[in-house]
Amino acid sequence: MSDKNQTQTVEPQALDPDFVPTPDFDKFKPSRSSLAARKRTDLLMRILIYIAFVIALIPLISVLYTTVVNGVHRFDWYFLTHNMRGVVGGLYPYGGILHAAVGTLEITLGAVLISVPIGIMTAVYLVEYSAKKRLHKAISFLIDVMSGIPSIVAGLFAYAMFSLILGPGTMNGFVGSVALSILMIPTIVRTTEEMLSIVPVDLREASYALGVSKSRTIVKIVLRTALPGIVSGVILAIARVIGETAPLLVTAGAISSTNFNLFSGRMTTLPVYVYNEFQQGIASCPTISKFGSDDFGLCVPGIRMERAWAAALVLIIVVLILNAIGRLVAKIFSVKTK
Amino acid sequence: MGQRIDVNHLNVYYGDFHAVDDVNMVLESNKVTAFIGPSGCGKSTVLRTLNRMHETTPGAHVTGEVLLEGKDLYAPDTDPVEVRRDVGMVFQRPNPFPTMSIRENVLAGVKLNNKHISKSDADDLVEWALRGAALWNDVKDRLDKPGIGLSGGQQQRLCIARAVAVHPQVLLMDEPCSALDPISTLAVEDLIGELKDEFTIVIVTHNMQQAARVSDTTAFFNTQGSGKPGHLVEMADTTTIFSNPQSEETENYISGRFG
Amino acid sequence: MKKFSADKLFKWCAVGAGVLILAVLAAVAVFLLIQASPVFIGDRDAAAHSISSFTGGSTTNFFVFVGPLIFGTILASALALFLAFFVAVGIALFISHYAPKRLASVLSYIVDLLAAIPSVVYGLWGAFVLVPHTYPVWKVINSVLGWIPLFGGPVSNPPRTIATVSIVLAVMILPIITSMARDIFVQTPLLQQEAALALGATKWEMIKLAVLPFGTNGLVSASMLGLGRALGETMAVLMILSPGSTYGIHIFTASRNQTIAANIAAQFPEADSMGVSTLIATGLVLFVITFAVNYIARRITHRSSSKKNGMIASVMAWSTRKFSSRNANHSAVSKSDTGDNNNGKAGE
Repeated sequence: MSDKNQTQTVEPQALDPDFVPTPDFDKFKPSRSSLAARKRTDLLMRILIYIAFVIALIPLISVLYTTVVNGVHRFDWYFLTHNMRGVVGGLYPYGGILHAAVGTLEITLGAVLISVPIGIMTAVYLVEYSAKKRLHKAISFLIDVMSGIPSIVAGLFAYAMFSLILGPGTMNGFVGSVALSILMIPTIVRTTEEMLSIVPVDLREASYALGVSKSRTIVKIVLRTALPGIVSGVILAIARVIGETAPLLVTAGAISSTNFNLFSGRMTTLPVYVYNEFQQGIASCPTISKFGSDDFGLCVPGIRMERAWAAALVLIIVVLILNAIGRLVAKIFSVKTK
Repeated sequence: MGQRIDVNHLNVYYGDFHAVDDVNMVLESNKVTAFIGPSGCGKSTVLRTLNRMHETTPGAHVTGEVLLEGKDLYAPDTDPVEVRRDVGMVFQRPNPFPTMSIRENVLAGVKLNNKHISKSDADDLVEWALRGAALWNDVKDRLDKPGIGLSGGQQQRLCIARAVAVHPQVLLMDEPCSALDPISTLAVEDLIGELKDEFTIVIVTHNMQQAARVSDTTAFFNTQGSGKPGHLVEMADTTTIFSNPQSEETENYISGRFG
Repeated sequence: MKKFSADKLFKWCAVGAGVLILAVLAAVAVFLLIQASPVFIGDRDAAAHSISSFTGGSTTNFFVFVGPLIFGTILASALALFLAFFVAVGIALFISHYAPKRLASVLSYIVDLLAAIPSVVYGLWGAFVLVPHTYPVWKVINSVLGWIPLFGGPVSNPPRTIATVSIVLAVMILPIITSMARDIFVQTPLLQQEAALALGATKWEMIKLAVLPFGTNGLVSASMLGLGRALGETMAVLMILSPGSTYGIHIFTASRNQTIAANIAAQFPEADSMGVSTLIATGLVLFVITFAVNYIARRITHRSSSKKNGMIASVMAWSTRKFSSRNANHSAVSKSDTGDNNNGKAGE
């Protein structure tokens, strides 16, 4: 850009009466090669960063693709409306996920009923009632700790608690709900906290000025304003726990028939169903039935994998829909902060 | 030595928005040129086109020419990275790199090209730049302390030192005193008077007294209203602008009748 | 009077919920301890028998039993973190500084989708896609870099190994690190980025000068949280890894390692009451490890926030809010920073 002869400096003494060392600016001039090297580095990093993104897309596309391709085969009305009672090996009836869907629905609902009130009230306490108290710090810290609890440990906790209270080996849907709510509460507290704290102070003050009590102000004004954000947060939290497998494996177990009672008996959930089918591997087929008549259908040795993939597909669809709804709610009803 | 900048038929756009309309001006070497005008008149935008910093805003583009000593900054083969080395910039608010010491801040620009500078060269450069920015005596004993530990005025002078250490030809200053207290402002203004021996200086300011105090030439920008492009109304010796402006717009602005 | 009591009641509900959180965490610790205690203070023979059955008779000592599990857990998670970290930083930079604005929000959504996929599906994917297809890759790495102990040893086929597991774990923690890194990078003060560019920095140099130093603490913190997630991940390991109980360092060799979480899930259905106690005791060990990792992550967060005048503080508060809305500015500091910068940029 600049000509060579412009690098001569004026006498630096003009700037300061003291002695000033005059640097030789030619030394610091960019050489053609150093510039080229810098540009190469810049380009290289740009390429690497683009590649990083492509790398992230590969597993995403691969997971979705394999799930869809392997899952559609069994993904039909029959699959959704039948449970696994009387399903033997690879023989007809091929079974389905009705019991698992019911289990997932009830257990998740239970978890929501436990964690939403606790989560929201805790957030209300943190934002509205405990400005910088010691209890605030303790709770805030423990929420962080809670969000770091491995899901299987949450499952063990629920199992241990119910074993002590209701006798060893207690496994039912509600134990699973408790385990899931341990995982949900921190998420709900944090999103609610965030939503509450962006409700403008003016709004609260305006309400107090009208003589409205604090609790009514919080319920009618603050929570009302923050509601869309909270709903969105809850939906996203549900989307996260609905796919949890490990805690349910140790709390709710698995069963082949449909159990509607959350508080008694084992309950299969979708993720656990996927795992169980996967784990059992190839189904046994008596040699004769490979040539079985159409009335009973053929014996399918890979039936369990087909069911696992189809249930995984159901799970992914549910999770993606929940995610989309959660984001949509946040977007449509969001409090305009600007 | 500073270099001169010629601006010919410069139009600036942000996406579809026409921000600045047809600016023609000459920025003489080793002079201080002040850009004044009401908010939204495009003076900062024009300043930022002089080292292609406006390109950091998505959708920004220009037509026309900006010639640095006859070389078009917008020629297709010109790299903005090289432009910015020759045309340094000081911003509205002091922005030293927070993780770097005072010394590292001063050397940040030079280190980009020269990974391995000898310690003595670096020492000389740091001292030269900090003296140039009238900061040496304040910080010579704590060069390894973080730059953000300084006061606002000192931070701004550190930023000036950082800009001059690269030894550009032109130094752009975008309202450099707007975040400073009066004493720091005075120090920076004094500094500008000294720096012009070495650099061509262009300063954007909201403060007409400041323009009158520090600049040799003043350019007045105006706009017909929000949404309309800004344009250069007139440009002349600072004394002429403030005592005998050609345009009525300028006179109104200077006498405080609007803006 | 009635209004007053309603007010009080509501307040005590809120306080009660907060205290309940304390109680729940105390309960987690207490119940787990109670259930785990028989291993240490109960019938020694029964405990020894159950540990012996878990380890195939190789030991009756709990700590000898849990040692390799801890090792395997940390090995798999550390590898996963190593794999995920650079990719996550790259994606975060891509979203925050390279991609056009409109594309960027779509891209962050896509990355978040990775976090939405249930772990059991990742397990299926790992077992059916990665395990059959990665053997040649491991073979090549083994033959080229086999002199490094980590990559040495026999290469198992099918590769139900730590290497394959760590890839799946890396994919699973990638979105967590990415979204946190992106949130920090986006908040890099524009002023500092402009300062770097005005000195004649290229884009990458600008990132090195302004963006990465600003985000360093956040990145460390994000990595630790990602690590915490990987440590506790059960299903992917359970469905892919062929377990073993050694301190094997060769990541291409199957049946050498196992993680705590996967071991619990694998043994739990068959375990008797002493077996369950033993597994719960290992669960406690896992809890302590993840707690330590998360605690360090948050300590880094806090230290940096006090050191850097709250500049990063705002960014750090979110660690658990990563998937919530991002339009809210958490602190006045960051708000005024970005706000003013934008004015400075487009104002004139």
